[in-house]
Amino acid sequence: MIPELGNFALILALCLAVVLATVPMIGSLTNTPGWVALARPAALGQFTFLLISFGCLVNAFLTNDFSVLYVAQHGNTQLPTIYKVSAVWGAHEGSLLLWALILGTWTVAVSLFSRKLPAELLARVLSVMGMISIGFISFMLFTSNPFDRVFPVPLEGGDLNPLLQDFGLAIHPPMLYMGYVGLSVAFSFAIAALIGGKLDAAWARWSRPWTLIAWVFLTIGIALGSWWAYYELGWGGWWFWDPVENASFMPWLVATALIHSLAVTEKRGAFKRWTVLLALLAFSLSLLGTFLVRSGVLTSVHSFAADPERGLFILVFLCIVIGGSLMLYAWRAPDVTSGGKFDLFCRETLLLGNNVLLIVITAFILLGTLAPLIYDAMGWGKISVGFPWFTAMFVIFSPFLVVLMGMGPLARWKKQDPGALARQLRMGLLLSIAGGVLFALPLFHEGSIWIGLAVALSLWLLSSLVLSLRQRFKYRKGLASVLKDFGARGSGSYYGMIIAHLGVAIFIIGITYVTQFEVEQDIRMSPGQTVELAGHTFRFDGAKAVQGPNYRADQGTIRVFNSDGKEVAILSPEKRIYTVQTRPMTEAGIDPGLMRDIYVSLGETLGNGDWSLRLYYKPFVRWIWLGCILMGLGGLLAAVDRRYRMAALRKPAAAPGVPDRLATEGRG
Amino acid sequence: MNRYLRYLVPLAIFAILVAFLYRGLSLDPKRVPSPLVGKPMPAFSLPRLQDPEATLGDTDLKGKVSVLNIWATWCVSCRAEHEVLLQLAQTGAVDIYGLNYKDERDKAKQWLVQLGDPYVANAFDADGRAGIDWGVYGAPETFIMDKQGIVRHKHIGPLSVDALNTTILPLIAELQATP
Repeated sequence: MIPELGNFALILALCLAVVLATVPMIGSLTNTPGWVALARPAALGQFTFLLISFGCLVNAFLTNDFSVLYVAQHGNTQLPTIYKVSAVWGAHEGSLLLWALILGTWTVAVSLFSRKLPAELLARVLSVMGMISIGFISFMLFTSNPFDRVFPVPLEGGDLNPLLQDFGLAIHPPMLYMGYVGLSVAFSFAIAALIGGKLDAAWARWSRPWTLIAWVFLTIGIALGSWWAYYELGWGGWWFWDPVENASFMPWLVATALIHSLAVTEKRGAFKRWTVLLALLAFSLSLLGTFLVRSGVLTSVHSFAADPERGLFILVFLCIVIGGSLMLYAWRAPDVTSGGKFDLFCRETLLLGNNVLLIVITAFILLGTLAPLIYDAMGWGKISVGFPWFTAMFVIFSPFLVVLMGMGPLARWKKQDPGALARQLRMGLLLSIAGGVLFALPLFHEGSIWIGLAVALSLWLLSSLVLSLRQRFKYRKGLASVLKDFGARGSGSYYGMIIAHLGVAIFIIGITYVTQFEVEQDIRMSPGQTVELAGHTFRFDGAKAVQGPNYRADQGTIRVFNSDGKEVAILSPEKRIYTVQTRPMTEAGIDPGLMRDIYVSLGETLGNGDWSLRLYYKPFVRWIWLGCILMGLGGLLAAVDRRYRMAALRKPAAAPGVPDRLATEGRG
Repeated sequence: MNRYLRYLVPLAIFAILVAFLYRGLSLDPKRVPSPLVGKPMPAFSLPRLQDPEATLGDTDLKGKVSVLNIWATWCVSCRAEHEVLLQLAQTGAVDIYGLNYKDERDKAKQWLVQLGDPYVANAFDADGRAGIDWGVYGAPETFIMDKQGIVRHKHIGPLSVDALNTTILPLIAELQATP
């Protein structure tokens, strides 16, 4: 009965989505206040029914209702409760329901937190979100209904894929979807602005916090996925350039470009057409990712069950949403006035440079991801584009990005004398070159040109941040005045920028060190045997059988000693066999540290208590995720900036006459 | 460019993308007809993985039904497939040869120690030269040759237990039965 209720609630949600997509939009175009006013209740109603529907599916998993096909496939009585809940989004149908629910949540959030918005604009924004919602809910109802029944009812469920039975992966999809779907807000704002023909600074100011929050979720979601891959897959990798990873990385890159471009549009009224295009692109790429993952056109380690019918449905949906929005763009954008004149060299152009670089990187990743498909379709044969290609692309372009990042926060809006900027950055440049050369030489460790480059880029970023802070505090004497600055309007986005850019500096060090100086050894070990690796002694103390809630495991014990003979860690890597799907899983033993991780995974048993083991020493690997966390934190800080809360309806930022004080303070 | 035309560029790019995606729906990324099927296997002679002094070549594979598996340690799918190869080796139905493709010798040797070794012998194709002759698009790929050394089947992507039981093993049995 309850699953039928869920199904029914889903149908009602679809009906309300149709209402939301049509009535307020027509109302806003025909000036009918009654119709416009329907937007908010419809959004709330849609959300309520989606929540009920989702609750019903959760309930079906918790009560082991195997008469529901989806639960029978992915649930199990032995599954720990937390994974019964996360199993809801562990496969195609349920993850779509989560997608729809999150879209409903964002829609309600926009309707609640945008009370200051003109009613017509809000109605249009919510309407566009309703249109997207129609697509996803009907996709579910017509091709992938999670409430389909099965008869005869199986006695036991097929269990959740053991890879997904992990805390990191329980929260990774919701985070990522919050990011993907959150970009629909910026998209809807862009569409609404294009319809109304009012692409101004106010539009940018309204979109900005939403875009930032979506970007934060996306950042954290991707980082969680990478962290999960690192500790769960057992071979210590943290990024694979898999099509599905690329599908999340491309919207992130474009969203990163978007948050910077929105800043320019808000402050200077420039780049309007470019910004609006980025807003359309960011969400379009997250939809494209959905298509790639769920249609089976590309092979990937984590694609969902492929089905051409579903693929066709999403493709048609893509055509309507993306094609429609780009048509609207082509029709309306030529009439948008370009505001805010600026010189050839100023903060605007630096930000434009970073935008272009981000888009170029995105284009290359898109090309690499789709290359197998393009080759196949053109009859050129089959190719696979691998790790080295993507990495090379990324390494070629991103250093330029970082160079621009170092100059951006210090440059003035509108007009910047290149000589003056050069004088400001002189010390930073010297420092970064000196640091780079120092680390490229074999002094502290083996020489590596890449480490030199990474250190140089990081120091460049750091010194620019320090210079920017010094500039900001130049006229603020005393602690009280400095503290007061933290609470000032615009401080959130400024300090957010500082923290996020600091995150990038840390991230660069992390990825470079771990790729350059990671030490890895595969070895056969007998109990009691020791081995040396990267200045540490590893002693294997044998393995024993242990029993988990729904798996059996062999658990090894490895003691790690440092060069002084002091014990630094006892690691317990496991090799698990999950009883239902009988799939072996490795659970790595990790001793995490700020400067290095020691990582051990258990291979095969070789008889006589011997095991094959894989030992890793991974310097600075934590810095990768630390960097991501700082980026997320910075984004969050920027999103909650006081000025968004105080006066959403203040006059559009005066484009021509921005006081010089703002220019020198460098708000990002 | 015309003032209005340039705003159509994104739409045009999207249209091209959709054309490819639509075409992609009717293509199976895992299925590739190999021009090699039905033809003699390409000649090759490469150093062995375990012993660089010795060589492994097409002549070693002739005169019996053989399987050639293209793999590398950098290939994530190869890891997934390895379990299945071990199973196939255990059946004793056929000799499995490996072509270690664009890899590093030490890593490849460690891989076999760590995961088990289903291969009779491995050829070490560091620069992928032999891989080109075999028309390798990406690891893993698996070829099945009959006793005359004619390529009878090519499997793209990781072998699955399913493919093993429905295609590979029956084909091997059939080839073993014919002289």
